[in-house]
Amino acid sequence: MGKKTPLYATHQAMGARLVDFAGWDMPIHYGSQIEEHHAVRRAAGMFDVSHMTVVDLRGERTRDFLRFLLANNVDKLQEKGKALYSCMLNEQGGVLDDLIVYFMDESWFRLVVNSATRDKDLAWISEQARVFDVTVSERPELAMIAVQGPEARDKVLALIDKDARARVAELGLFYGAEAGDWFVARTGYTGEDGFEIMLPEGAAVALWNALGEASVQPCGLGCRDTLRLEAGMNLYGVDMDETVSPLESGLGWTVAWNPEDRDFIGRGALEAQRKAGPARKFVGLLLEDRGVLRNHQKVVVPGVGEGEITSGSFSPTLGRSIALARVPAATGDSCQVEIRGKLLAARVVRPPFARNGKAQI
Amino acid sequence: MSEAPDDLKYSKSHEWVRMNDDGTVTVGITDHAQGLLGDLVYVEVPEPGRELEAEEACAVVESVKAASDVYAPIAGTVVQVNEDLADNPEAVNSDAYGAGWIMKLKPADDDALADLMDATEYQEFIETE
Repeated sequence: MGKKTPLYATHQAMGARLVDFAGWDMPIHYGSQIEEHHAVRRAAGMFDVSHMTVVDLRGERTRDFLRFLLANNVDKLQEKGKALYSCMLNEQGGVLDDLIVYFMDESWFRLVVNSATRDKDLAWISEQARVFDVTVSERPELAMIAVQGPEARDKVLALIDKDARARVAELGLFYGAEAGDWFVARTGYTGEDGFEIMLPEGAAVALWNALGEASVQPCGLGCRDTLRLEAGMNLYGVDMDETVSPLESGLGWTVAWNPEDRDFIGRGALEAQRKAGPARKFVGLLLEDRGVLRNHQKVVVPGVGEGEITSGSFSPTLGRSIALARVPAATGDSCQVEIRGKLLAARVVRPPFARNGKAQI
Repeated sequence: MSEAPDDLKYSKSHEWVRMNDDGTVTVGITDHAQGLLGDLVYVEVPEPGRELEAEEACAVVESVKAASDVYAPIAGTVVQVNEDLADNPEAVNSDAYGAGWIMKLKPADDDALADLMDATEYQEFIETE
């Protein structure tokens, strides 16, 4: 028996197929993963992501601490509620986790990290925080519901407390705001507009049911994975981990090199890799032949070398198979993928594959 | 509760077998199996003419999430495959015992079906599995 979110009984009652995810019993789908995927691209879907780990950092030197802890620079966060995506690296430049940091106020920043890396992250963050006198508090009593899709914001706004509605309606992309005891952020993991809502666990079922009554499609982690893959968003533990740097994971854009005197964990190793030129690059693949690209399939680049698919699946929006892959830096615009002993043709593309309801390839 | 028609035979690896009047058998995967797999997006069928041992992996059904082997429920030669599945793999989900058939075999032995389960036995099997 795994850990259960406050919505567990609701998922069961709705006929969800539940699977183990990082020690949690989570819905994989409620009937059809593909229909759930389309609902998010075309209308609105909701995801229970209460398994994700919310960590509040408090103390006068929290900003200094995060400038040191993260590869992206929290000095980009100057307005209250602004969010930033970043990798957290080890000294070797390997990715310990990817996360979102929210600027709540000068002595309070909020992190949302992956549940699969919870124990490791909390230990690492707490250890690094000590010299900065920053307190690290997990917030397990918060549930989290992501509502995503072109209609998602309107559906949520109708359910927001009147006093806070206008403030939430005006949120720009990658901004959040408190609404009573909720925290509502215009962030997500699908390539669609929408909100992620952190709220007291006791309020989760009522919000979920109210969204359901407003025709928001319940969605499982199955379509969350195909949506994020189409959107070209990395999945930690699959597309990158402690053994690879952000520069070889398509995440160079999240590393803030300036100012040059900002010392962050892993900077030395990353500088060296940048100077030498990374041996591998991270690309999107579009299968030209019939079949389905899968994690760990071998990529063959004739005359250049070999690589590996890190995330592969069928893209419901494109109606064909797509993947993210780590390949030799000299790879051109085509390659082959070995599927059950056969070499099939694939095109090398720049993700995203689909966003905001439309194919991008 | 998934369906299992009475006029078919079933394997422990969740294939169904229909006896045809011309001595061939039609093979597909059961309603129970397609339900576990979820939405299918690709089906790889064997080459016609291929000779199969019983329980040999001979086709692949791929859902969004994963690829799964389909096994020959009996020994035999592939005489026909369902070409329509290339463009319409979801037929296996929507009509597992009809339009979602995968291949036709010419059985190697006359009593090849003797080891398979009938519908009642199969229903009991999936309840205890």
